[in-house]
Amino acid sequence: MISPSHEALTPGGSPKEAAAAGSGSPLEVPAAVEPLTAEQLAAEWDEERPPHAGVLANVGAAVAAAALGAAGLAMSLAMGLGTPEKPEPGMWPFLVSLVMVVMSVALLLFGRKKLDAEAFSSSSWLVVAGVGTLVGFVAVVGIAGFEIPSLLLTFIWLRFLGKETWRMSILLSFIVTAAFYVIFVVALSVPIPHLF
Amino acid sequence: MDFFAPVINGFGVVLEPTNLLYCLIGVVIGMLIGVLPGLGPAATIAILLPLTYGVEPVTAIIMLAGIFYGAQYGGTITSVLLRLPGEASSVVTVFDGYALARQGKAGTALGIAALGSFFGGTVAIIGLTLLAPVVAGFALDFGPPEYTALAMLGILLVATVSNGSKLKSIIAASLGLLLATVGRDTFTGESRFTFDNLSLADGLDFVPIAMGIFGLGEILYNLEERHNKVQAPAKVANVWPSRKDLKESSGAIGRGSLLGFFLGILPGGGATIASLAAYAMEKKRSKTPERFGRGAVEGVAAPESANNAAATSSFIPLLTLGIPANATMAIIFGALLIQGVTPGPQLVQNDPELFWGVVNSMYIGNILLLIMSIPLVGVFVKILRVRAAILAPITVLITVIGVYTINNSIFDIWLVIVFGVLGYLMKKFGFEPGPLVLAFVLGSLLEENLRRSLLLFGGDPAGFAGRPISSVLLLVFVAVMLLPLLQKAFKKTRATAPAATARHDEKERV
Repeated sequence: MISPSHEALTPGGSPKEAAAAGSGSPLEVPAAVEPLTAEQLAAEWDEERPPHAGVLANVGAAVAAAALGAAGLAMSLAMGLGTPEKPEPGMWPFLVSLVMVVMSVALLLFGRKKLDAEAFSSSSWLVVAGVGTLVGFVAVVGIAGFEIPSLLLTFIWLRFLGKETWRMSILLSFIVTAAFYVIFVVALSVPIPHLF
Repeated sequence: MDFFAPVINGFGVVLEPTNLLYCLIGVVIGMLIGVLPGLGPAATIAILLPLTYGVEPVTAIIMLAGIFYGAQYGGTITSVLLRLPGEASSVVTVFDGYALARQGKAGTALGIAALGSFFGGTVAIIGLTLLAPVVAGFALDFGPPEYTALAMLGILLVATVSNGSKLKSIIAASLGLLLATVGRDTFTGESRFTFDNLSLADGLDFVPIAMGIFGLGEILYNLEERHNKVQAPAKVANVWPSRKDLKESSGAIGRGSLLGFFLGILPGGGATIASLAAYAMEKKRSKTPERFGRGAVEGVAAPESANNAAATSSFIPLLTLGIPANATMAIIFGALLIQGVTPGPQLVQNDPELFWGVVNSMYIGNILLLIMSIPLVGVFVKILRVRAAILAPITVLITVIGVYTINNSIFDIWLVIVFGVLGYLMKKFGFEPGPLVLAFVLGSLLEENLRRSLLLFGGDPAGFAGRPISSVLLLVFVAVMLLPLLQKAFKKTRATAPAATARHDEKERV
């Protein structure tokens, strides 16, 4: 699920090795510091950026925005427009929706060639999974309190989204949850639903 | 002395020990969250909004000022150590800051940046102290038509000055305006876009939207694209700049501060333009321009002074006109509204204590930043060495639990998730989130003033042209709209001329 690139890119070896070495090990400064001009840096950033998504992404975005604007137009019309001196509630949303539709069509016609959208990659699934855990968190937090959902969420993010070790993930998720309990419930006595 | 009496009184408020303590907490937490890779000032302030909620207004604002400066400096730290600018305005800092860090002189870069930020910020606050009452006095005569024109111009400028595609930014802004209409119509009391949902009846709150789009959206985006490619150095030594460094950079700091102050008043990318301009100016002035990009201290000092000065002077349009000039100011605007403070020309007159409290808390925030940043650099370096994978779930929990604490509402957490997904998708598809949030904040003000103006003019939109200030503002509005088209035409006629503008395609990390 994770693209291999971000495991091996730290100069001190993989993140796991770096962790094993402890945070005290000084990172060696490269002996020869090659100059890094603005142009080189910009080029490097360009390389690091994920591949662009192509024209279709812009077409999709424009169509989605236009549809949203059209829905806004229809609903504003239903609310009634009125006249400029006596506007009904729909007048302003109608104007805004109109701007949105016009701009979306303009994007579709003139702006779709600008390749500023990023392609989804296999690691985009991480985001889906992350959102899934959040949805699960909110769904149960009202009933079960925040401790168990927090524990599970932290654990999943650490172990599966962050690829930490099992031991690290279990240990840290308990520590994080305990810390949140101490800060929010004990110290600040925030009325968040909690079990204990 | 009449002028200075309220200023001095304001200091009395700010210097109370509790307020100082909150400011200190704000600076430290602002820096702590601000150094998390990928989270720029807007995201940092958005995530920390709940912190200021239960506190008294003046104290909360002072804390916000601390968070603001802390978050700004947090972005500088990541620029220098990780080559990750927190926002567009610290992109240029990377050039020389990171080069210095690679030579083992990260401490020098961070120290000079802190000094420069302090100086730039102070110059700008003094300018703000002198200029704000004047501008506010001028704006007191503004009626609904002027505000309508001003708000429209403000939104358009932020949308067109931002890095992304202008069409997309305007689409994002209109979505923000639409979201602002959800809830009860203030004129007729009728419900709009509520879908018979009780939680939507009073409209959407600013905090969940800001926290979702800036905070969670950014976290989700980083989840996919880990930024930990560059390891932070283990130790940063010699944070105190040497006499030689100071001598080399003092001119750059002075020039950068002044330039930043003036460019920051302009709406849009004030701080970004200021930092770019200051860097370019120093490079041009320098006798040894080839040092720039290879670790020139001035190359850090100038843009950092300029962007902090600009970030501070962008408070002027916010506090005197009630118009936020950029995304970060939009968040501050929302935070002030929550505290019952409506920034605008009346603020200086009606509530001078509060107004000067806001301004003076910036002095204190700035000073505390300077005092805290230097000894704490070691701590931040340690945080930067903690892997993003570990920090991500912690920030997520802070966000969702934080937003819950504001209204004790689970619905607000759902909103954060929805807007977090929206923010993530917008970033993926190349839409800037800034214009959306700004337009949302200004939405109800714009609609109200537009409708009031139309009542005033008896329904005739031509009335806007009949008033000098609103007609000028609208002329500028039209000019900004047409500018890209004119530029295109101009470029076509002179296609042979080389494109001199350097392109900065680096996406703004808000």
